[in-house]
Amino acid sequence: MPTIELSRKAVEKLMGKRLPDEKLRDRISMLGTDLESVDRERIRVEVFPNRPDMLSEAGFARALSAFIGVKPRLRAYAARQSRYRVLVEPSVQEVRPFTACAVVSGLRFDDERIREVIQLQEKLHTTFCRNRKKAAIGIYPLEHIKWPVRYLAKAPADIRFHPLEAHGEMSAQGILELHPAGKSYGHLLAGKESYPLFVDARDEVLSMPPIINSHRTGRVSQKTRDVFIETSGFDLASQSLLLNIIVTALADLGGKIHVVKVLYPKGYGQRNLSTPDLAVRRMRLSREYANRLLGIALTEKDMAKLLGKMGLGFERGNALIPCYRADVLHPIDLVEDLAIAYGYERFEPALPQVATVGEAAPFTLFQEKVAALLAGLGLLETRSYHLSSRETQLEKMRAAPELVEIERSQNAELSVLRASLLPALMEVLQRNKRHEYPQRLFEMGACFSLDSATETGAAERFLLAYSGAHHKATFTEARQVLDCLGRHLGIQVSVRAADSPSFIPGRSGEIIVNGQALGWIGEVHPAVLSAFSVEQPVSAFELDLQKLFEVKP
Amino acid sequence: MPSDDELLESLHPLERKVFPLLKEHDEVKALEAASGLQEVEVIRALQWLSNKKLIKTPVKQYRELAELDELGKRYLAEGLPEERFLAAAKNHSELGNIRSAARLSEEEAQFCLGHLRKRGLISLRKEGSALHVSLTGKPSPAEKEFLSSLAHGPRETASLSKEERSVLEELKRRKSLVRVRTAWEMRVSLTPLGKELLGRELHDAVETLTSEMLSSGSWKGKRFRRYDVEINVPATHPGKRHFVNQAIEYARRIWLDLGFREMTGPLLQPAFWNFDALFTAQDHPVRDLQDTFYIAKPARAKLPAEALVKRVQEVHENGGSTGSSGWRYAWDREEARRNVLRTHTTVLSARTLASLKELPAKYFALGVNFRNEAIDWSHNVEFNQTEGIVVDEDANFRHLLGYLRTFFRKMGYPEARFRPAYFPYTEMSVEIDVYHPVHKKWVELGGAGMFRPEVVVPLLGKDIPVLAWGPGFDRTIMEYFRIHDIRQLYGNDVKQLREMPLWMR
Repeated sequence: MPTIELSRKAVEKLMGKRLPDEKLRDRISMLGTDLESVDRERIRVEVFPNRPDMLSEAGFARALSAFIGVKPRLRAYAARQSRYRVLVEPSVQEVRPFTACAVVSGLRFDDERIREVIQLQEKLHTTFCRNRKKAAIGIYPLEHIKWPVRYLAKAPADIRFHPLEAHGEMSAQGILELHPAGKSYGHLLAGKESYPLFVDARDEVLSMPPIINSHRTGRVSQKTRDVFIETSGFDLASQSLLLNIIVTALADLGGKIHVVKVLYPKGYGQRNLSTPDLAVRRMRLSREYANRLLGIALTEKDMAKLLGKMGLGFERGNALIPCYRADVLHPIDLVEDLAIAYGYERFEPALPQVATVGEAAPFTLFQEKVAALLAGLGLLETRSYHLSSRETQLEKMRAAPELVEIERSQNAELSVLRASLLPALMEVLQRNKRHEYPQRLFEMGACFSLDSATETGAAERFLLAYSGAHHKATFTEARQVLDCLGRHLGIQVSVRAADSPSFIPGRSGEIIVNGQALGWIGEVHPAVLSAFSVEQPVSAFELDLQKLFEVKP
Repeated sequence: MPSDDELLESLHPLERKVFPLLKEHDEVKALEAASGLQEVEVIRALQWLSNKKLIKTPVKQYRELAELDELGKRYLAEGLPEERFLAAAKNHSELGNIRSAARLSEEEAQFCLGHLRKRGLISLRKEGSALHVSLTGKPSPAEKEFLSSLAHGPRETASLSKEERSVLEELKRRKSLVRVRTAWEMRVSLTPLGKELLGRELHDAVETLTSEMLSSGSWKGKRFRRYDVEINVPATHPGKRHFVNQAIEYARRIWLDLGFREMTGPLLQPAFWNFDALFTAQDHPVRDLQDTFYIAKPARAKLPAEALVKRVQEVHENGGSTGSSGWRYAWDREEARRNVLRTHTTVLSARTLASLKELPAKYFALGVNFRNEAIDWSHNVEFNQTEGIVVDEDANFRHLLGYLRTFFRKMGYPEARFRPAYFPYTEMSVEIDVYHPVHKKWVELGGAGMFRPEVVVPLLGKDIPVLAWGPGFDRTIMEYFRIHDIRQLYGNDVKQLREMPLWMR
């Protein structure tokens, strides 16, 4: 989740109110953002992904001020008509089909504001725009643009301009390969036959979305007063929201919003648009619904007041939702706004009288019995990762089961799921060579193998493993533990001689219950011991505990 | 304080052997010889005697001793090589002749040439291919005298004169002539109490009560050696459940007591159940590779009944019958088929909802989940979660807070605080903080909420309030056992497992 840094002074100026540290901390947390720190200069908060409108000082201050009672009402915005036109050309349809645009005038940019606008743009890019994949934003000083602007696509070989943060003109290919922005986002265009461009009436390139603006026409400076804003992407609804979040933030900083007409060509499947669309949305919100879910008794008047604290309106059973709120999908989202405005801290926790009967999973109870018995024999229970390595599961054990494999683990040594628990116990012995012997251990847990008959294509078996390591560890000892377990569970367990590469030949066998082979028992092969650098003899067994559980005694 | 008799009766068999010998001996080696015990046994006995204040605490005194080494002994009998060289050089001048007359090895002859020339005792000249030696001085007898002085036994270096010490340094540089080693001795002196009791007779005391003594009755009238029952003894260790599982067992009991039924289920899950059924959009960042363990083999799962898949697809795309707008994108069935290691136990709640028959229903699970991240002291790839759902027409937000507060009180946190949060599948969403009574601060323990209609309706078929929670459990466990490195939960350090106190709630 994105963490943003806000100037406390700017936020307080926008709110028109100053709060002491403690109060500010409390209110920010209870509004539904995760506060990281507050000092005299800065506020650092983590904004949840459902509220991209709070990623700017303006948007944050707007939400917080209403919440603390400064202007607690619906925030409505309006756009003036204008003659600005953006012409979409058919060539862009295959690459990045949609754009929604706006002009904002009358701004004053100092360095702090420029930093703030860039931060907003970047945070929106990484979160709401999914790293520019879903949508991207471009902002340009209005003064350099000759109208109308055109949105089109050209073959990479025909593109050449001077991008921001570069020393001169570059080709499209050069930008993708050499420019920092190209390296980060080039993959979004890679393989396309043509790349999207915004150009003005003189054919001057404004930008190559979603990569980079032109240096000549796309650099906001302290002199900039009016800006042109475009969004490009694949989903007009989210682009429209994105545009609203930016223009309303700029409007809160004193800007005036102007409509841009976006003209789509015939046969494109998209009618012409006047953007931004700042209309207030209405959604039905029933008082009964809200009260039933929240367990409180609000009147309609209360609801109007509470929604006002969230910057929403309420009239005649309908909530009025401002144009920048991206997260209201369903009336339940309005109920949450009511709850936040009411204050989570004010809800009295209650335990209802619901008659239900508690019931443990029978197999979990069985595990508890087995664990208690084994602990009574003096064994220590261990807990190992379900993730393991190919080397541990196969080479070191001299075994060859087919493994379930992880895609790109962040830990190279954890790249498969374990097929067996014994390797885990061997690793425990390896790590504990300096500690007192005998070391007698057991572990219970899920192990994995391929099985096309299951839902996932993998079978998950719940196994039990035992190992005893000390200078006189023998088969008999492991067999005693196994027999003891069977006897106390009331299950007839026998062993059928069989060799396995993990055990010493002639000293191992399969564990048989009801004629079914449930696992292995034996003295661990010295080659296995030395692969794990274990320096004591080890006798061990491993069996399918789930199957043992399913056996009727 | 025990009486004198009690003190004597408490002497261990080793002490009984050594103590009377202190009349004639006061040094460990001598006691060893006189008692027939091993050195460690004598020292142990002395240690115990000093614990009983019968002797003063014996202290090892270290001395440095110079003594003859192998070659030193031989040369003392045969003469030093340089002596023999000089003697032969009186009669011969050619080097080869000197060597054979003095019976010197090649190495010894080379040494003599260097050694004697450096001291100005010989000079060399070349005649044709032969080397000739002439004597030019008289050797000092100091080295020979010092070696001879060691013939009768080692000498303490501290007692050597300044000259002898420099001779010793000279000789130490030569191979295997002399060596210096550290020796110790331990002298014992009796305390006044020890002196007083030394003469007393030591009665026979029974060391071990045997079954033979019991059956024959021969124990009657015998005295038993008295033990020092106040001293420390070596530690012994029980077998036991892993400390994490002890905590989990306890938490399970809390939910059972509150009337919840246990859910269990696989760790490997189709993304459909782990994400899609929980209304997590397919491009949501939690579904990224760097957070979620995807399975490369087997990569794809089977989807459940088509009707359910269809309902989930619709709810993502347009809200289906829920009245929601949905996420408004084209839902991809293949993405939903990807296998993942479950990222939360909430996947079990989703499956439970899909097969629920009776209402009201309360379910819980305690289980492990996975997160694809680099492991360090505060990050782990596996973590435990305590999951719960309440499905009830009358359930509301206050009940959610009520269940959570009750659970955390039983876990030892008297105060819980609830803050707004965000999860794709809940609305209201809650972050739970508990007040740590020792550290006097709020600790964040994880999330809860009420399932969105977009989750409930496709799975359950109707919109009924579902309270849901899934706070992490590892932090609580670490706090309780005072573990600061999360890796220790899976460290399996046998010493730690043996010594870790029990979960006492």
